[in-house]
Amino acid sequence: MENAWLIPLFPLLSFLFLLLFGKKLKEASAYVGILLTLASLVYSVIVLVGRLTNDTYKAEADWLQIGNLQLTVGFEVNQLNALMLVIVSLVSFLVHTYSKGYMHGDERFPVFYAYLGLFTFAMLGLVLSPNLLQTYIFWELVGVGSFLLIGFYFHKDSAKAAAKKAFIMTRIGDVGLLIGMILLFWQTGSFEYDEIFASVQAGEVSGTMITLTSILIFVGAVGKSGQFPLHTWLPDAMEGPTPVSALIHAATMVAAGVYLVATMFPVFAASETAMATVAIVGAVTAIFAATIGLTQTDIKRVLAYSTVSQLGYMMLALGAAGYVAGVFHLMTHAFFKALLFLAAGSVIHAVHTQDIEKMGGLWKRLKFTAPLFLIGTLAISGVPLLSGFFSKDEILIAAWANGNYVLFWLAVIAAFFTAFYMFRLFFMVFTGKPRSEYKNVHESPASMTGPMVVLGILAVISGYVNTPWFGTFLGDWLVEGNEALGHGHIEGPAWIMIVATLVSLAGIYLAYLMYMKRSLAQDWFTSRAPTVYSIVNNKYFIDEIYQSTIVYATKAVSLFLRFIELFLVEGLVKSVTGIVQGLGKLGAKLQNGQVQAYGTVAFVGLAVLMLIFALTGGYL
Amino acid sequence: MNGVPISAFLALALILFCIGLYGALTKRNTIIVLISIELMLNAVNINLVTFSKFGMVPSITGQIFTVFVIAVAAAEVAVGIAILLSLYRNRRTVNTDEMNTLKN
Repeated sequence: MENAWLIPLFPLLSFLFLLLFGKKLKEASAYVGILLTLASLVYSVIVLVGRLTNDTYKAEADWLQIGNLQLTVGFEVNQLNALMLVIVSLVSFLVHTYSKGYMHGDERFPVFYAYLGLFTFAMLGLVLSPNLLQTYIFWELVGVGSFLLIGFYFHKDSAKAAAKKAFIMTRIGDVGLLIGMILLFWQTGSFEYDEIFASVQAGEVSGTMITLTSILIFVGAVGKSGQFPLHTWLPDAMEGPTPVSALIHAATMVAAGVYLVATMFPVFAASETAMATVAIVGAVTAIFAATIGLTQTDIKRVLAYSTVSQLGYMMLALGAAGYVAGVFHLMTHAFFKALLFLAAGSVIHAVHTQDIEKMGGLWKRLKFTAPLFLIGTLAISGVPLLSGFFSKDEILIAAWANGNYVLFWLAVIAAFFTAFYMFRLFFMVFTGKPRSEYKNVHESPASMTGPMVVLGILAVISGYVNTPWFGTFLGDWLVEGNEALGHGHIEGPAWIMIVATLVSLAGIYLAYLMYMKRSLAQDWFTSRAPTVYSIVNNKYFIDEIYQSTIVYATKAVSLFLRFIELFLVEGLVKSVTGIVQGLGKLGAKLQNGQVQAYGTVAFVGLAVLMLIFALTGGYL
Repeated sequence: MNGVPISAFLALALILFCIGLYGALTKRNTIIVLISIELMLNAVNINLVTFSKFGMVPSITGQIFTVFVIAVAAAEVAVGIAILLSLYRNRRTVNTDEMNTLKN
């Protein structure tokens, strides 16, 4: 554990190496990336295993000394960090492997791997940070990696726009985080998590200030995790290559917001208002994104809205004091959502379209992908015995135990929607008859199916580390030695589990009726409430609202500033250059090469000197 | 002969010098400029002669020196005219305005 700081350096090495030699290595650069992330993975597992038995390890070195203020850099291995290390490096390793097949034949293949390395480095660095300042640095680096990868196909205008949108939208959140961070520093005099928590628990910070700072930090998390109202960038981010969507926009980076809230949990827990805000935003996002997911027809967009919705669940869990439930769902979600994205990528790879209305009947053609996709779908829908079932159940119990009954029922309805739209997706893609002509549909190569199989297994079994039946090992371990994080397991009434199961089965059954058996017309709802459908299908017109308010307002302000720039600043600058140029021209006129002019100057000069001499008598 | 005071000689020299200077600085024709320079030289000659007669220690040195100056000036004008001629052959002009470069 003493050398855990090495973990992020392997991907950094991969990034630098591929930056320098990528052009020569061409597609062999995949092996560099895969090997180095494998090294990270192996070491992360060692660290996790070490952390299971040992205490938290923390090491720091001095960085800056400003007056009395000492800034440090370092790393910390606590339970959450160790768990996140393994999740990030595992998904990253699998995505590196998968991309070898998926990106095959791409011109910028080495660049892709270099970017993946940069992102993985930043994400692992973020996870290891022991203080807010370092977290913030890596937080921004992660954003850069995401920006580069969303805009990877930069010849497409939509990809460029999506990359910019993602960067700017998350930046709005980052401003909140920065302000919150500075306020916390002002109040506690430290960026160190430990010292901040100690200071908060000792009551040195006023209640309002805690509420304010934690809500500001939550704004940062809202931006990064695509929570309402800053969620619009995440579905657009699907312009990036599919492995990127799996790695960044499903499993790791978007979970950074949840991770941040989990890390800062003791501060949030000290303020009821902040906790309520987190819970409400989470629940609203969960149901809001789930309803949009019902209407989308782009396979990746459905998954994107599902991601937004699931991240909302995690926030709800954290806001409802269910620390363990949130982190647990973060873990299981990382596995099954990465699986779903990789499987979706495999489907796209086979049929070269993302429109599910053009797919259908792929079950027999894609012998590996289809069952794996089904596993992911079952897991996310909360079907019993799979990982998503246990973690979602924990969240519902946490929401109930916390007394947020409205939020609890919102989450239950969202679970119903989740099951419905995921199976709608599944049935439309894999069953029925093909709705368009496919040319040579083929199963993906082993480099793509292999990672999917690993994730498929994890999507099934990863829930068993924390179940009400076989013990709550993960939960107990996560909160061990830290009372501020709450209990490892929250007791809840047994009927919640039954309700959750029934709801998800009902969703699946409805999807089955509509899209498989077709005994219920698909437009049963849309024909009855066209207005509602149109609103939902247009994603509640959020983008349009932003366009007509914030974007226009910003443009108006920038027009005004441009005016100032053009006439005020530019005018000043122009006059300065004008004066200098005028002086120069005057000087140049004196040097015109005419001997007579020089002679005149010399004579006049002499005359003036003599005049002065005559008038003053030589004493000036 | 002794009735003419020193100031009259010096005034003549001054006027002559100023006319020469004015011509040398303002005329565009190089010939006129050369002539004007001659005027200035002669103003100097008048000064030399004046001081050789009315100076603190009157002697013949100044007048002899003037003869030398006239001789040297003649030679110098010859050189000046020669340069001017070759310049004219090259540039087809004797205008001082157009002689503002050392090359070509």
